[in-house]
Amino acid sequence: MSTPDVQYSISVRNPQGREITFAQAIREALAEEMRRDPRVFIIGEDVAEAGTVFKVLTGLVDEFGPERVIDSPISEAGITGMGVGAAITGMRPVVDIMFGDFITLTMDQMVNQAAKTHYMSGGKLKVPMVLRTTLGATRRSAAQHSQSLHAWFSHIPGLKVAIPATPYDAKGLMKTAIRDDNPVAIFEDKMLYQSKGPVPAEEYTLPFGVADIKRTGTDITLVATSSMVLVALEAAEKLAELGISAEVVDPRTTVPLDRETLIQSAKKTSRAIVIDEGYHSYGVTAELASVIADGAFYYLDAPVKRLGAMDVPVPFSPVLEDLTVPTAEQVVEMAKALCGRH
Amino acid sequence: MYEQMCKIRSFEEAANELYTSARMPGLAHLYIGEEAIAVGVCEALRRDDYITSTHRGHGHCLAKGAALDRMFAELLGKAPGYCRGKGGSMHIADQDTGNLGANAIVGGSAGIATGAALSIKMRGTDQVAVCFFGDGALGQGLLYEAMNMAQLWQLPVIYVCENNQYNEYTHNRETTAGSMLGRAQAFGLEAAEVDGQDVRAVFHTMQRLVARARRGEGPAFLLCHTYRFRGHHVGDIDRSFYRSAEEEAWWQTHRDPLKLLADWLMAEGGVEPPIFDRIQQTVRSEVEAAVQFALNAPYPDPSEVDRHVYA
Ligand SMILES: Cc1ncc(C[n+]2csc(CCOP(=O)(O)OP(=O)(O)O)c2C)c(N)n1
Repeated sequence: MSTPDVQYSISVRNPQGREITFAQAIREALAEEMRRDPRVFIIGEDVAEAGTVFKVLTGLVDEFGPERVIDSPISEAGITGMGVGAAITGMRPVVDIMFGDFITLTMDQMVNQAAKTHYMSGGKLKVPMVLRTTLGATRRSAAQHSQSLHAWFSHIPGLKVAIPATPYDAKGLMKTAIRDDNPVAIFEDKMLYQSKGPVPAEEYTLPFGVADIKRTGTDITLVATSSMVLVALEAAEKLAELGISAEVVDPRTTVPLDRETLIQSAKKTSRAIVIDEGYHSYGVTAELASVIADGAFYYLDAPVKRLGAMDVPVPFSPVLEDLTVPTAEQVVEMAKALCGRH
Repeated sequence: MYEQMCKIRSFEEAANELYTSARMPGLAHLYIGEEAIAVGVCEALRRDDYITSTHRGHGHCLAKGAALDRMFAELLGKAPGYCRGKGGSMHIADQDTGNLGANAIVGGSAGIATGAALSIKMRGTDQVAVCFFGDGALGQGLLYEAMNMAQLWQLPVIYVCENNQYNEYTHNRETTAGSMLGRAQAFGLEAAEVDGQDVRAVFHTMQRLVARARRGEGPAFLLCHTYRFRGHHVGDIDRSFYRSAEEEAWWQTHRDPLKLLADWLMAEGGVEPPIFDRIQQTVRSEVEAAVQFALNAPYPDPSEVDRHVYA
């Protein structure tokens, strides 16, 4: 983190009973940051009265007006570029890209402009912008609306990438993203928007680059991202019934990455599976697995295994789509094999 | 042409029914109200001419000659569907009728249609390519890159803009600056504007633009003014935050392309009213049979999942 003025409070895990949805958590984070800092604004397609297609931003335009919650044309490259320009000159834009699949259209602006500007200017210019978008399949939306492309941005030095799994993480990471002086992409799973979880009413932020141990265990480490955290937790339940104790570790940000927590967990359990919804090949799982293999090699009883989405465009037909995304059953089978159980 | 429009209307109503009764997965963007454009444009084309389509593409596919049963099968993710259940509502393609594919990326097919036109020119045929898109796609830069090259190289491509006024939930007066026609004129394209509810106007203008393109006289831009009678997609029920019920009712009563054509045929062509009922009934039973076919059709075999990733 390059912003020294940010205060973190990571200790609050289960506040007094307040549960809100993932979507509400994002909305609260944006509202609080917009109240706190007049430089923060939102731009994107149907973000104002419509509150986005997923209704995540409902009501923000009523409080902050159309000057700060701006409906844009369907111009992803244009609004991302404008985000860069506004960020360099003193604003803190949040660019809303409706579906993660459409980050393809923002690629030059994010990869060649946003990510490079601070470095190329010898540290003179800063690009404090956030690009928020979605990932995740299983909505029967077919190949152009179902991809998890967070590995693309994770590959680029100069960009930071957050992929929250719970409402608590979503709110804390969004607030940190907005306060960060770098371009940050935050990927939200469409299937998680209605999921509920405890979120404190008090102000908090979450640091980037700090993994969260979602469940402790001793026999195997399941490293999982975004909605795959829920898949891993479900698998851990089933494994517990079989007498296998699984630890679930959520990196929460792929850039910066908390290598140490992953390595420590794998050293402790001596086995690891990495689960992510991006395509299997050349994806996030490869990076995470290599970190563990590298850092915990002498402690491992088995090679690190990975589970990603199948290397196919996400098919439309429900019977086919369901085959492409990692499931708890697959994790259980893989874990059993790794632990020598059949 | 009346029958074709009727077929599209009936298809969309059945799709709506399938969706709301939870028998159709995914998303469905209905074309109801805009039928005259697909039909007027495609009637001016040959089977071997190309089209590219959009997320709201059922009408384009049908007007270009797709079969009802295989269309429905695709919407339900079934094996006999046009894309073997892999594409779904937003991605239907059919080589046999020159349909190079519906496209769920707004503006995404501007390059494809123009590339098809380049290929036509290189192969020396007299085909024509048509690129359908909504007014929302006017926000995408790719369209302008494509039009520039089309005019530079005098390619046989016609850009058909279906201006139904809304980009999802936002009126285009909030998203689109300046003149729509002027965008094409700036590149020197032949540009025309028609009432998109009047199939005869669309057809006649299109015939002229197609003839030019076939003669090698270059690309054109056709702006069609229209209105989508239903929501952006079937789930878009509560629309009051972006448009009024009165506005919708006005278009439905006064500007329905099917009614307009029927009225004209009765007044000018002496066609008797029972004929329209007969056509509607025939079309409806064809649609019902096609729906049954799709409901009974098998899902793809799981082994299909990693086929067709590479050719
Ligand atoms: C590149 C891209 N951005 C955003 C979307 C989401 N989206 C789907 S349809 C649509 C509105 C399209 O409006 P228009 O082009 O006028 O077509 P219409 O829906 O009116 O037929 C939007 C924003 C998308 N599919 N692709």
